[in-house]
Amino acid sequence: MSQIGSFALLLGLALSAYSFLAGALALARPGPGSERLGETARRAGIATFALVFLAAVVLVTSAFQDDFSIAYIYHHSNRDLPAPYKFATLWSGQEGSLLFWSLLLAAYGLVLRLRHKTDTRLFAYASVVIAAVQIFFLLLLNFAAHPFALMTGTLPADGAGLNPLLQYPEMVIHPPMLYLGYVGFTVPFAFALGALIMRYPGEKWIRITRRWTMVTWAFLTCGVFLGAHWAYSVLGWGGYWGWDPVENASLMPWLTGTAFLHSVMMQEKRGMLKMWNMWLIFATFWLAILGTFLTRSGIISSVHAFAQSSIGGWFKWFLLVTLVAFAFFFFKNKSHLRSEHKLESLISRESSFLFNNLLLLLACFTVLWGTWFPLISAYVQGNKVTVGPPFYNKVAIPVALLLLLLTAVGPLLAWRKTSIESLRRNFMWPALGALAVGILMIVLGVRPWNDIAYFYALMAAMLAALVALTVTSEFIRGARVISRHTGQSLPAAMVHLWHRNTRRYGGYIVHFGVAVVIIGILGTPFNQDKEKEMGYGDKMTIGPYTLVCQSYTQDDNPNYSNEWAIINVFKGDREITTMYPERRFYKASQQPQTLPRIRSTVKEDLYLTYEGLNETTGRPIIKAHLNPLVMWIWVGVLIMIGGTVLALIPNAVPMRVAAPARIETAPAGAGD
Amino acid sequence: MAKPKPIFRRGLQVGLICLSVFAFLGAGDDSARFNNLGHRLMCVCGCNYVLLECNHVGCPYSDRMRSELAANVDRGDSDDRTLQTFVEKYGPAVLLAPTTKGFNRVAWIMPFLALALGLLTTIFIVLAWKKKPIQTAPGGVLPVSGVDLEHFRTQARKDTEL
Repeated sequence: MSQIGSFALLLGLALSAYSFLAGALALARPGPGSERLGETARRAGIATFALVFLAAVVLVTSAFQDDFSIAYIYHHSNRDLPAPYKFATLWSGQEGSLLFWSLLLAAYGLVLRLRHKTDTRLFAYASVVIAAVQIFFLLLLNFAAHPFALMTGTLPADGAGLNPLLQYPEMVIHPPMLYLGYVGFTVPFAFALGALIMRYPGEKWIRITRRWTMVTWAFLTCGVFLGAHWAYSVLGWGGYWGWDPVENASLMPWLTGTAFLHSVMMQEKRGMLKMWNMWLIFATFWLAILGTFLTRSGIISSVHAFAQSSIGGWFKWFLLVTLVAFAFFFFKNKSHLRSEHKLESLISRESSFLFNNLLLLLACFTVLWGTWFPLISAYVQGNKVTVGPPFYNKVAIPVALLLLLLTAVGPLLAWRKTSIESLRRNFMWPALGALAVGILMIVLGVRPWNDIAYFYALMAAMLAALVALTVTSEFIRGARVISRHTGQSLPAAMVHLWHRNTRRYGGYIVHFGVAVVIIGILGTPFNQDKEKEMGYGDKMTIGPYTLVCQSYTQDDNPNYSNEWAIINVFKGDREITTMYPERRFYKASQQPQTLPRIRSTVKEDLYLTYEGLNETTGRPIIKAHLNPLVMWIWVGVLIMIGGTVLALIPNAVPMRVAAPARIETAPAGAGD
Repeated sequence: MAKPKPIFRRGLQVGLICLSVFAFLGAGDDSARFNNLGHRLMCVCGCNYVLLECNHVGCPYSDRMRSELAANVDRGDSDDRTLQTFVEKYGPAVLLAPTTKGFNRVAWIMPFLALALGLLTTIFIVLAWKKKPIQTAPGGVLPVSGVDLEHFRTQARKDTEL
């Protein structure tokens, strides 16, 4: 089996090299035979997918067959590993992850190459860029991180097992989502670079890649938040975001990708920010590679130390080569990227996008700076310092609040110019609503003058309310006009409104989702936790809950042995549930793992962890966290993903409407 | 400006007193200090967790460090003194954020410097765009047709679409 996988990877490398060289040659020297040469390059690209897919199938099959002669399978699987995790072995270690990266890239390349008739020449350029990236990953797989490397000496009877932290259902979907996002940004980057090299006229390439970018962004959003949810459900420290370097690595391309999604609209609609957008999509692609490098090289210490090795050098060179190649084509052809329009007013959609980009990039820079500062410090001062949550919270939170303010105001601004009067008219009620939320929070006991965290929480609540109210008022205003003209009910008119411009109103729903996520995050300063040794019948009170230890016990199965407590949870006198915080000891990997138990409600999460047994008394130590509003984060993310899906659906009716209707329907922010 | 009515003034005074009472409630609480300091320190076992959040089985450091922190707080050491004690014992990496001394100041300055530079650049771009002259034909506006007209029509649609 392993020979088939190795051969597939080697042949895949040869074919992607051919796809790159033949494709580039056909584009560089147009002539009688170039079309046929280009077609062979396209087919070689398609065949690359088949070969990488074959290699991935071989690796997964080997995991199911417990073929421990393959070193990768030995290190990341064992006989008693449940089937879903055997499947997830593909992305559980370094070599498999790189193979998975390569597979997804090949899959994106396949779709792109099959749809080449949309614009043959532009797609040919994009195909060549994708082939170049594919070569790098296949070089890595063949010569630096070979997934089919064989064990030497006596074959072991069983594998070393999968890292316990990865034995959680979400691990079966979190990495694929994240990787679909990381890898997916290669496609808009490939189109952008292709358009730059060929001096592509107009902005059609943006329309072609719009869906790619949005789908990719949705995958990355999903991946980032699934990671946060996994951390919350598995790591057992009671939080969901620790500003760990690997978390940061996933956030950086998300931030630049979000900036690109906004600023590219300026290029599409007004022919502005063309150079900026080129760099932005390059930065997103580059940061995605940097993220993979950070995750895989072990250059920065992280709680995600699943796969560390010496492939860092390969990535450094690749990052350098892509930077040089992109800069070369940019400076060669930048005259093609001149802006077509000028800014007509500071109070306009254009300027709000400019500031939105500034803040997103600043947030990205802060995260990048904080992630790398320990290394810079070690180089300059000779000692590594830690850059953890206090740094990010101080710097990133004010930036996030300003971004939230722009999210609220932006949709109210029209392209080109907005009058103060129109802004005041549209903004007044949402602003009053936000103020009312602020007053309500103070009345309910939030004291912003006591602690900066409370101040931030208050501001976040007010701004989140402002975003939600702005979005709602935009929907209602537009729907009322439609309702008046068509006689439809308000909800039906809202659906009609969305259908007329799915991208705009889908985008608003995404903004609404962001507001809901922020409401979830602002619960953090009000978190509580308590720890207690709990024997039979012992009680612990946290917030409105009383926890009573009914029993504690042990269990055993072929994969792990475990200890767990049975905790009855009371609210007042009423028993509301029983929870089973657990600690496992995985036999194959000889590693322990805490499994928290969480009871989520709209108001708060009760989060219990089994900290271990007190060796003297033999009684379990239970830690309880009360985390307000966490559920809102996950609901907000679902709304964001839903909004993106709605934005991807094509408009139902042509967008051309009579001018008076437009004025009535969208007085403030016409367009997206 | 009209003087506020006495009853309104009295109400305001009562309100301010109530607010200040709320403001100072809980100040100086030892457990709050322990919690605050524990979230400014890192467990040094290599797990990369905040000290109070490290939950590793048999962690050789976190329990001991927590006890030391509790002792410092009980003794009434100031926050700075407590943190300094930990730095002396475990090295600078025990602090969860860089200090504001020496080279470490750069960590804090850079994001704000980037903000200032970004803001200046944005303002510069905006001003440059605003100054850019609108190109008009000499002798007045010429009628457009054909490709140019279609270009304007397309742009107008983009600007006015719903």
